[in-house]
Amino acid sequence: MDNLLRYARVLLVSACFMTTQGFASGDGAQLAAADIDPDNVNSLQRGAANFMNYCSGCHSARYVRYNTIGRDLDLSEEMLVDNLMFNAEKTFETIQVSMPPAAAARWFGKAPPDLSLMARAKGADYVYNFLKGFYVDEESPTGVDNLVLPGTSMPHVLWELQGYQAAHFVKHENKDGSVTTTFEGFEQLTAGKMDSEDYDEFVRDTVNFLAYIAEPVRGFRVDLGKWVIIYLIFFLLIARMLKKQIWKDVK
Amino acid sequence: MTEDDLDRNRRHFLAVATAVTGVAGAGLVAIPFISSLKPSARAQALGAPVEVPIGSLQPGEMLRVLWRGRLVFVLRRTKEMLSLLGEHTDRLRDPNSEVEEQQPPYAANSTRSIRPEYLIVEGSCTHLGCAPLQDFDVRPAEDWGGGFFCPCHGSKFDLAGRVLKGVPAPTNLRVPPYRFVRDDLILIGQDTGAA
Amino acid sequence: MARIEAEVGKPQGGFMKWIDDRFPFTSTMKYHATEYYASKNFNIWYVFGVLAFVVLFIQLFTGIFLTMNYKPSADEAFASVEYIMRDVEWGWLIRYMHSTGASFFFIVVYLHMFRAMLYGSYKKPRELIWIIGMLIFLVLMAEAFAGYLLPWGQMSYWGAQVIISLFGAIPWVGDALVEIIRGDYSISDITLNRFFALHVIALPLALIGLIFVHIVALHEVGSNNPDGIEIKNNKGADGVPLDGIAFHPYHTSKDLVAIIVFLMIFSSVVFFAPDMGGYFLEHANFEPANLTATPEHIAPVWYFTPFYAILRAVPDKLWGFILFGLSVLLPLFLPWLDRSRVKSIRYRGWIYKSALSIFVVTFLVLGWLGTMPAAPVYVLAARIFAVIYFSFFILMPYYTTIDKTKPVPERVVYHG
Repeated sequence: MDNLLRYARVLLVSACFMTTQGFASGDGAQLAAADIDPDNVNSLQRGAANFMNYCSGCHSARYVRYNTIGRDLDLSEEMLVDNLMFNAEKTFETIQVSMPPAAAARWFGKAPPDLSLMARAKGADYVYNFLKGFYVDEESPTGVDNLVLPGTSMPHVLWELQGYQAAHFVKHENKDGSVTTTFEGFEQLTAGKMDSEDYDEFVRDTVNFLAYIAEPVRGFRVDLGKWVIIYLIFFLLIARMLKKQIWKDVK
Repeated sequence: MTEDDLDRNRRHFLAVATAVTGVAGAGLVAIPFISSLKPSARAQALGAPVEVPIGSLQPGEMLRVLWRGRLVFVLRRTKEMLSLLGEHTDRLRDPNSEVEEQQPPYAANSTRSIRPEYLIVEGSCTHLGCAPLQDFDVRPAEDWGGGFFCPCHGSKFDLAGRVLKGVPAPTNLRVPPYRFVRDDLILIGQDTGAA
Repeated sequence: MARIEAEVGKPQGGFMKWIDDRFPFTSTMKYHATEYYASKNFNIWYVFGVLAFVVLFIQLFTGIFLTMNYKPSADEAFASVEYIMRDVEWGWLIRYMHSTGASFFFIVVYLHMFRAMLYGSYKKPRELIWIIGMLIFLVLMAEAFAGYLLPWGQMSYWGAQVIISLFGAIPWVGDALVEIIRGDYSISDITLNRFFALHVIALPLALIGLIFVHIVALHEVGSNNPDGIEIKNNKGADGVPLDGIAFHPYHTSKDLVAIIVFLMIFSSVVFFAPDMGGYFLEHANFEPANLTATPEHIAPVWYFTPFYAILRAVPDKLWGFILFGLSVLLPLFLPWLDRSRVKSIRYRGWIYKSALSIFVVTFLVLGWLGTMPAAPVYVLAARIFAVIYFSFFILMPYYTTIDKTKPVPERVVYHG
């Protein structure tokens, strides 16, 4: 058994040289944790509704099929058709936008990106903070800017819910004469339909859904993995006994 | 038994147990790889039922449509065509559509269709899959009552897609699942569900 | 022990004889398995050759299935990978096995190479095995590099851009060479198509051929062992090395245990952390290649980063390329750089032990530095460690000569 533990240890240690490689964020702004729960089906269902109501007008999720969502989120075909499929007829279709990308590029300066993999490319925390990070900026063509992605061409689509907020920045003069700007906090200017806790929850559900569509198979993958490991442990025990038996010959 | 014999038995048992576990594992691993060869979600989506409008189809005319990439004939038969169907049953291999796989139950009748007027069959010869040609002219001299002729190996089918005797094709042309959504619209690939 | 061999090696009648009269099946099995004798004191470091074989098999097998669904075109490549991940039944598993396998290939091969450095496996009479092994490593790097372009994500595109541009540093022919590699004025559909050809046909063929020769050469001279003793020098009356045991069933039964442990670790990554925190699958590669915007932070996949750190440490394009190339190629000369009288680290003096330890730390630190942004402090650190990296090789003839070695025993050390 000693030998065995040594094998495992050496291999594990070599695997552990990998620590998590972080997501790059805008200008090094600290991202608050999105704190999503991918196993919470209710949250995912609310997120799906949020996505279809507020995002899918401009953003596609062109690799995601409605029937996959229905299967994983316990939604019947009728519920899919009635509540989510505003822009599709058949459940096997993928989530497309009606807005032609070329026209979108003309209106926004840049076609709204596909969201199938956004949470995986940028990280859930990034998207969470992005959706919370719009603040009033008179100079911007959309009237707002974003703390996480400065200069974004996306307008504050959720203003009705969140209301408008201002961002306060403080400038420090360094010893060498250069100026550093640090973000000090938001100030609510106009109230939205939601208070800040409800809005956080709204964004969290939406981000949860975005993380789900980035890899719909995640839940199944983890469940299956447990069985694979159980099988391998069993296999290991037998193979280990066989090895010991055969090696009795070796003096 | 000596200790050596015990050891040998134990070794044999463990070797078999290891082999069985390993082979079982390999078998389980094979499942995902073989499953990956099945039609994918996209193939299934592309293979969804197709709607065929038949409002402007005149008697004697035939449409060729694709369902799952397979050719389907939609023939609107004339009165004469339908009257011919009963005349040559002795020359057919399966006049009463007794081979169950070749049509849904609702097409296992003398016209092989839901509505006698409309014949819906797959345009794929049951011999080796070539697309049969239409040949609707009746030529009594050649003993031909009109139907389909496969150019590859000479198989012949009548106007209900029934195979004639003495040709390589073993069975009648297959009738796909279909239903009438309205009088002027059929749905090929699906025979249940709301309209 | 003779008992088992008697059973396996007994003369075959009937069908086996019919085969053996026409194909050397039984004699080949004997030569390479049941009568191939390797030292009984192999330790953990001796499993990585077999594990490399296992990973090769995983890569070839999953690769064939990926090829059935992947589209090597700039317009379709990214979408076809997502198609595999979502629409093909179990496609996600096949893809994760392949992407995880790529990283594990390098983990296993690096540990395999380190084993050779621990026990002097590259020293006479195994120089050729080492050289072929280094060629395998070079082909593997090319294979991994070509494969990384295929998903056509941001990292695929810009990583390939950086590495291919490297060749532009070569005087006179550089620019022409880069155009020949790309087949276009920038990395394009054409480049992707030819990298696909290299990745699925040319390089795997070369890899398999070289591995075959690697094994043939190994079985000709016999395996080294942790004591660095030639077991063939001590043979019994039956001509079998006294310290040797048959590859089958002794080493095979032991290797099976190692393979299962390996599969547990491999499966843990595939099922529980296929991204491996952005090291095995980089986050930015989930965005399709965008020819107008380089990702903010660009680094090669982890297995290239030690060499990449050296490249970046040099403030000159040509010299960067030369030192980068040297850092990859220098190990090739180990059989002649190492002047020690003994093979195994067990009987070497403190100098080599320290040198090797420092080298391992250096390699890991360079690997880590290669993943970091090109900030001045990291570049300075990379310079220091690059000097240490090269010193390990260049000073080796000197320090291995003066290092005090211990006497090597007659027989291998083995405690039942």
